Amino acid sequence: MKADIRVALAGNPNTGKSSLFNVLTGLNQKIGNFPGVTVDKKTGTMQLPDGRHAEVVDLPGTYSLYPKSKDESIVFSVLADKIDTARPDLVVVILDATNLKRNLLLYTQIADLKIPVIVALNMMDMARASAIQIDVEQFSKKLGVPVVPMAVRKGEGIAELKQAIAYANKIALQPDSIDVNVFAPELIGQISDELQVDNPYLALQLAHQHEHLRYLTNEQSDRIETLEQEHSFHSQKAQAAETVARYNFINDLLYDTVKTPEAAQHETFSNKIDHILTHKLWGFVIFMAILLFIFQSIFAWSSYPMDLIETLFVLAEDAMRNIIPEGPLASLLIDGVLAGLSGVLVFIPQIAILFAFISILEDTGYMSRVTFMMDKLMRKVGLNGKSVVPLIGGFACAVPSIMGTRTIENWKDRMITIMVTPLVACSARLPVYTLLIALVVPDRSVWGIFNMQGLVLTAIYVFSLVSAIIVAFVLKFILKVRERGYFIMELPVYRMPRWKNVAFAMYDRSKAFVIQAGKVIIAVSIVLWVLASYGPGDRFEQIEQKYSSAEYKKTNTQEDIDRIIASEKLENSYAGMLGHTIEPVIKPLGYDWKIGIAIITSFAAREVFVGTMATIYSVEGDTDNIQSVQEKMASARNPQTGLPVFNLASAFSLMMFYAFAMQCASTVATVYRETKSWKWPAIQFAYMTVLAYGVAFITYQLLK
Amino acid sequence: MDLSQLEVGQTGVVKEFTDLEMSVKLMEMGCLPGETIKVTRVAPLGDPIAITVSGYQLSLRKLEASTIILQ
Ligand SMILES: Nc1nc2c(ncn2[C@@H]2O[C@H](COP(=O)(O)OP(=O)(O)OP(=O)(O)O)[C@@H](O)[C@H]2O)c(=O)[nH]1
Ligand SMILES: [Mg+2]
Repeated sequence: MKADIRVALAGNPNTGKSSLFNVLTGLNQKIGNFPGVTVDKKTGTMQLPDGRHAEVVDLPGTYSLYPKSKDESIVFSVLADKIDTARPDLVVVILDATNLKRNLLLYTQIADLKIPVIVALNMMDMARASAIQIDVEQFSKKLGVPVVPMAVRKGEGIAELKQAIAYANKIALQPDSIDVNVFAPELIGQISDELQVDNPYLALQLAHQHEHLRYLTNEQSDRIETLEQEHSFHSQKAQAAETVARYNFINDLLYDTVKTPEAAQHETFSNKIDHILTHKLWGFVIFMAILLFIFQSIFAWSSYPMDLIETLFVLAEDAMRNIIPEGPLASLLIDGVLAGLSGVLVFIPQIAILFAFISILEDTGYMSRVTFMMDKLMRKVGLNGKSVVPLIGGFACAVPSIMGTRTIENWKDRMITIMVTPLVACSARLPVYTLLIALVVPDRSVWGIFNMQGLVLTAIYVFSLVSAIIVAFVLKFILKVRERGYFIMELPVYRMPRWKNVAFAMYDRSKAFVIQAGKVIIAVSIVLWVLASYGPGDRFEQIEQKYSSAEYKKTNTQEDIDRIIASEKLENSYAGMLGHTIEPVIKPLGYDWKIGIAIITSFAAREVFVGTMATIYSVEGDTDNIQSVQEKMASARNPQTGLPVFNLASAFSLMMFYAFAMQCASTVATVYRETKSWKWPAIQFAYMTVLAYGVAFITYQLLK
Repeated sequence: MDLSQLEVGQTGVVKEFTDLEMSVKLMEMGCLPGETIKVTRVAPLGDPIAITVSGYQLSLRKLEASTIILQ
């Protein structure tokens, strides 16, 4: 469908652009209470009251058109780039009504580009609560553009905004906020002539930003550079002068349109909370307590729904065995696909709980406080306070977290953050850890309040953060860059999390987990089932023959013989042969060849481990006795020694391997996309694999 | 006197900046000459600090705060 008009949503970070986008388009862009949630543009469509369709573009937040970080640079290129496909006919500038002065800077810049604008005055609910009085009519008159007061979170002003968009002019109505020509008169004139730019502010912006704009040809960019030298143009000085002039305009504008009481009420409320949450001593204690609580809850609250899902799968397996006649098809569907799926899907409750907590942390504004508290520590190890958000987000998933590093201004800080984020224990490792912990750690309570298994899980999570920090510290000395890092960040006021948002995050992420894991697991299970059920040449027949002789039948029951045949067939299958080939490499880590196969398949995605274990043990196991993956693994014995395959040493060694190995194709692809070269993902993959092997080796040798 | 020398709760009025690159960034965030700044909080480890300026809270490192000269 071709849209009749294209509307971009622009504004400072954390002003409610994505909230508005979601209301207008019915889509579900991520929302959170910290600056820099949205790091890329996103498009949707809406219907206007007059029946026309509009395309809506949500943009990352920015404080000015001069970008400081990668996400911010998207805004100017969308607004000014002639070839950008998202170039809007109309910009809705969203202003935070409780913080108009700083918000208006970006407005004046966009207005001076002479794109038609509408002002959405958001957060009016909070402005009212803190008794900020805004004379909207006068304000609109002075700006010369329509102003719509709104409270997006409460649904106020949406209809009015849609109406305003429908009535919007094709040409810009706003008068110039400042006279930009004074900053570099000759330069602006010449750029305007030579590049046929009809707007003086756009010409000035080109002078500032020409090096980073893709749509300028090299000749054009070089020409601008020469002109700048001719007129001895100093970018930073011009920018400083421009900012001062803009704020003068803004102060004039606000002088008789807005009245702010001495101490804004929302401020003092947030201050009181901050007094405790960023307290010298309690600040860190509370932070640790919150993490502990989260991981304890993941264990405690999920056990009932997990049992339920497990039971359902056992029932399903039972039912399928009755319906489908025994044979290769039944074996493929039940031992391959169903076993693989059940292994992973039981973890939906844990994943949903984890995502709920992360989304609450992000939604309240606490994330920014953690950033604030941790900056000094992070700087010592070569990171930036802002690295904390991707690192904590890494508990959920590394992929969005690595994209989130776009808000980190300094290249080196950003690179190191990208390099270490996959070390943080993500939700895909949760199934692996839970399963292994349940096998070797007793389910006991400690001091009456903690659960032993939960404590071990928490320890692993903390360990993953610590290892990320140590690796960052090492990388700090390897990456040599002389670029100034800085940390100038807005601290948003605290807000209640929106429970609908939290619930949606739970639903959406669980769904994504099921679909993504499901696809990979079904594919891997089928391939693996084939590899495990067939062998080269006539080996399988030989085995059958060997055990069908009367001699065996005398000394063993039929059941025993069946079991021995199954396991010997597995050893001689393609999967078994592959496993035996790699066995020498993984033996020092305490793994048998079956675990080796699981490790290999896990390079597609970590949670595949569980599915692989399920499939391998199902092919081997007898069909009359239906067990969950965990039971199958617990009863697995080493054929030579007769001891359990999963003991304390091998289970912990395996957990260490999963803690460090880069077993996620999506993360590798994302790192490639964000760094635009294969060098970084390759280095990352290499160092993580070496660490995984080394640490797993040490762990096994120490514990065995 | 510069901003990094203020104690929590004290206020000052911005006079000028000692570093051009930093000043551009700070001014965009509303720290302009003539604005009143109040130090609201210091991070548990002593750095960065949080200030109230132009009606909102901004956090910045002490090193960055020391480029803001007060009247
Ligand atoms: N009180 C109040 N809060 C709002 C309103 N609109 C949005 N919020 C909250 O403001 C915060 C930021 O919302 P987002 O929609 O993520 O803001 P954004 O502008 O997209 O932010 P970035 O993507 O970081 O630039 C969220 O916590 C919202 O719940 C409103 O009208 N009133
Ligand atoms: Mg957003």
